[in-house]
Amino acid sequence: MSEAKPTIDLPHLANLARLNFDSDSSESARADLEKIIAMIDAMQAVNTEGVAPLSHPLEGAQRLRQDLVTETEQRDNFQSTAPATSEGYYLVPRVVD
Amino acid sequence: MPGIATLRAMSSALKNRVISSTELTQEHLATIAEDKTNSFITVAKDSALEQAKRAEQMREQGSSHPLTGVPLAHKDIFCTKGITTTCGSRMLENFVAPYDAHVVALLNQAGMVTLGKTNMDEFAMGSSNESSHFGPVSNPWNMDKVPGGSSGGSAAAVAAGLVACATGTDTGGSIRQPAALCGITGLKPTYGRISRYGMIAFASSLDQAGPMTCDAEDAALMLSAMAGFDSKDSTSAQRQDAWLADFAEHGIPDLERPLKIGLPQEYYADLSNGSIIEAVQKTLAQQGHELVDVSLPHTQAAIPVYYVIAGAEASTNLSRYDGVRFGHRCENPQSLEDLYKRSRSEGFGDEVKRRILTGTYTLSVGYFDAYYIKAQQIRRLISEDFNNVFANVDVLLTPTSPTPAFSQGQLSDDPIAMYQQDLYTVPTSLAGLPALSMPCGFVDGLPVGAQLIAPAFREDVLLGLAAQYQKHSDWHLQRPNGFRVSKEWAA
Repeated sequence: MSEAKPTIDLPHLANLARLNFDSDSSESARADLEKIIAMIDAMQAVNTEGVAPLSHPLEGAQRLRQDLVTETEQRDNFQSTAPATSEGYYLVPRVVD
Repeated sequence: MPGIATLRAMSSALKNRVISSTELTQEHLATIAEDKTNSFITVAKDSALEQAKRAEQMREQGSSHPLTGVPLAHKDIFCTKGITTTCGSRMLENFVAPYDAHVVALLNQAGMVTLGKTNMDEFAMGSSNESSHFGPVSNPWNMDKVPGGSSGGSAAAVAAGLVACATGTDTGGSIRQPAALCGITGLKPTYGRISRYGMIAFASSLDQAGPMTCDAEDAALMLSAMAGFDSKDSTSAQRQDAWLADFAEHGIPDLERPLKIGLPQEYYADLSNGSIIEAVQKTLAQQGHELVDVSLPHTQAAIPVYYVIAGAEASTNLSRYDGVRFGHRCENPQSLEDLYKRSRSEGFGDEVKRRILTGTYTLSVGYFDAYYIKAQQIRRLISEDFNNVFANVDVLLTPTSPTPAFSQGQLSDDPIAMYQQDLYTVPTSLAGLPALSMPCGFVDGLPVGAQLIAPAFREDVLLGLAAQYQKHSDWHLQRPNGFRVSKEWAA
């Protein structure tokens, strides 16, 4: 993987990331991503055989708590920042015809 | 213009009734109004004056918290109820959070006065503050230079004397690098020391808040007020470190013994301004500390590993911006898909899109093991490098960043070159360790920082050593245009 130039399927990635690129910005985004991936590929040279992945920097474990209700209902408060709501629901374009 | 003074100077002036909190706040607001650095995105004049009044009442009623009535600024990544929180992005241009971040709530409880929200790289992604939707920030030492990033507004505001203390966040160096480039003291605490609740997420396994101040003593005072367990943050550390309160109450004590200070050779290999950090070594040796060469062999892999992990976590965290619940929403969406895509494409800037695409690539089917898992494996090797050296030394000394402040526009078209700015700060972030940057000299009139790195939860060692260094140097007291930081408030 480290030798080959990465193949970037930008339309596919953009779709996964829910982003639009026009033809100009698409080309520069692809070129930048190629450079970034090439830079990242330098790490492939490191021998990691038998090394366990580290996800929490201090090896912390998920803390558990009692299964009790701790939050109160604040729909109006939280929806005060929403672009469009109606009767307590978030409004989006019609999904089903 | 008020004199540039430490937090402690303001605290004792308030305590001794040399000045009232309202007067102090008004003086700060007047100085900020004249600011030319673009350090602030939002100035919260009305609420600041209300908080100042409340602080006066708290002091009258006997509040003895040293920070009561002292003004500060928050990086615009911390949610502040009633004050816009933009995260430097068009996406959140009009976002007013319905709650306070834990850090904000703690500092409010202490009676601090929030002057406003400081400028930053968009979603904290950058090392120059040039990716902010609200324009770049100038370095007060040279207005054509960048202040560093992503906490560039906080660093510039402290350096310019607009405020004695600002909050920052550090994911890969975003407190330490701007602190170094602006000539102030910046502390990234241990991962988990300060709650991430209400701090807009970039890379959740790396993000950590911390203070940006004039000196180590002020940093200790702020850390004491910001730190603590928070049940709302699933990675908040449950610690009982009595020294936190002791430092705040009595100041940083003298070190109990000389330290063994490690000099990681990988951090000194390509150094252009080596004589400055050598002078720091000499000063520390004169205080009786022993300096020894050490090696952190996986240092070179840290930048690639960081950009995989931070990109992956960012692409995941930023999926919440969908134009539905909060944030920017495009005009006349034709479908749900169109709503998502146009809202996100209009709301995010180029660097944020770059990071999202990087994360999307490394997490996608067929690449996950080769990139994300591989990066996490090397992350463990980097962490073990630190564990190995800390078996033999108390603390590490390194440069904070490869260069002093660079020119605006110099690196903005070259993301790879920009990413190298984080070379000396990223490994510590990956290992979750505390690190502090302190001013240690100048190159061509621009400040340079030295970084101290300690084992997990040993910020006391960082602060103790930095405080000792700052007793034997005055770099941290120097300010642009010949101004100096005063340790006493001049009425």
